[in-house]
Amino acid sequence: MNKQRVGLLWFAGSLVFALLSMLVPLPGALQPFKPYWPALFLLYWALEAGDQRVSLGLAFCIGLCADLLDGILLGEQAMRLCALVFIALRFRSRLRFFPMWQQTLAVLALLLNDRVVLLIVRAFAGESFPPATWWISPFVGAALWPFLFLLMDDLRLRLRLQ
Amino acid sequence: MALAREDSSPLFAGTVAGTLRLILYLAFAMVLMVLDHRNGWMWRIRYTASAVVEPVYRLAGLPAAGMRNLSVAFADRQLLTEQNQRLREDLLLANAKLNRMASVAEQNERLKELLATQHSLELNVQLARVIDVDLGSYRHRMLVNLGERDGVKKGQVVIDAHGVIGQVVEVLPRTSLVMLVTDPDHAIPVVVERTGLRTVAYGSRDGDLLSLPNISMAADVRPGDKLLTSGLGGRFPPGFPVGEIRGVEPAASGMFLEGRAHPTADLDRSEDVLLLHDQAEPAGPPEPATQAGPPADLAPAPAATTAPPRAATPNTPVPNAPAPASTAP
Repeated sequence: MNKQRVGLLWFAGSLVFALLSMLVPLPGALQPFKPYWPALFLLYWALEAGDQRVSLGLAFCIGLCADLLDGILLGEQAMRLCALVFIALRFRSRLRFFPMWQQTLAVLALLLNDRVVLLIVRAFAGESFPPATWWISPFVGAALWPFLFLLMDDLRLRLRLQ
Repeated sequence: MALAREDSSPLFAGTVAGTLRLILYLAFAMVLMVLDHRNGWMWRIRYTASAVVEPVYRLAGLPAAGMRNLSVAFADRQLLTEQNQRLREDLLLANAKLNRMASVAEQNERLKELLATQHSLELNVQLARVIDVDLGSYRHRMLVNLGERDGVKKGQVVIDAHGVIGQVVEVLPRTSLVMLVTDPDHAIPVVVERTGLRTVAYGSRDGDLLSLPNISMAADVRPGDKLLTSGLGGRFPPGFPVGEIRGVEPAASGMFLEGRAHPTADLDRSEDVLLLHDQAEPAGPPEPATQAGPPADLAPAPAATTAPPRAATPNTPVPNAPAPASTAP
């Protein structure tokens, strides 16, 4: 009971942490390298806990919170995260047993897909085409994925959380 | 299909229900986006949720503020001394300039009293601190730590020591959002300091530059020319530096010259900014000039009582000298 509650707190805490790190600015030159943290953390939990914890509804809510904080367009990140989590949940049983490098490639594909969705949304909103550095972020996210995954897994095992 | 269990996470085919739910959520998100895009819901929701949103901003701004404090705490003593020295020199220079300006300002005041205009050169400003938060990349926005409770209003002009930064576009109870002059949606009426040419500087879609897309072909604009706010339109008070021309080339249409300018304000390095308090004028053309100056019976001829046209004195930051209501150039 208590353990479960701690586990839930850990889960919620990591998502809040993801939202906060989305807002924290990097120094100017590093700005385009910032990965899309909420997507990475949601992906981790989607692969780890499956649809017991991460559902489309949760992804939608997290996305709405992120939109509210970003103040850009309500529903944009909700849509992106929903699509991302849906694909991750659908292929979960395969992604989970991929070796790490294949999993990283899959994450890269997911993040690139996310950027394409964002591009479509922005095109519909009548915004300009982003510069080339805009495409760096998914690669940074994918490069960070193994570390994030191993770190979170290690912490989870150490704290004996579910 | 009805037999497939939801949580079994099948190897290949998903359930129809899952796909349906995805479509439902995506449709909902799209409806939200369209409604927000059309009606600007976001800020109304944000305003009501400000009790939650604002602490998150403060929290997210902490690492950047902490880094700033750390850099001060661990800065080299010599570095600080040098910085202090430089600031002292700057202050001395600025004070010297101010002293020289004081007499001019006084004279200006007297002349304006004579003209019965009530605009003073003194600035009514409020110091605001920038909250360093990443509001999505390639957005030319900035968050400052003053809000409605501090008397900030939508449309207030934000400046720093070097020039105009932008204007307040959204106000939350304790924070407000500033649109920078480089935002593609932003336009500011400017005047070229050297020639008095009036034009409009837009934010540009590529990078941190201003673009002046409609300078007439015959106009005399050179790289290095300074741009000041012209005060037309009533949102920005006149006489504040905005940018410096970097280059001028014929526009793609061939009808106009297109200038590119670099904003003078430190858009990405400012920690403190100033919120200008006197809103210049309500929007719209200036009121028709009232009869000003010495009484009419003292005037030698009727022509002498009219005020000089504005173009004759482009450099003076005297705003609303009774200028003829400007028409488009």
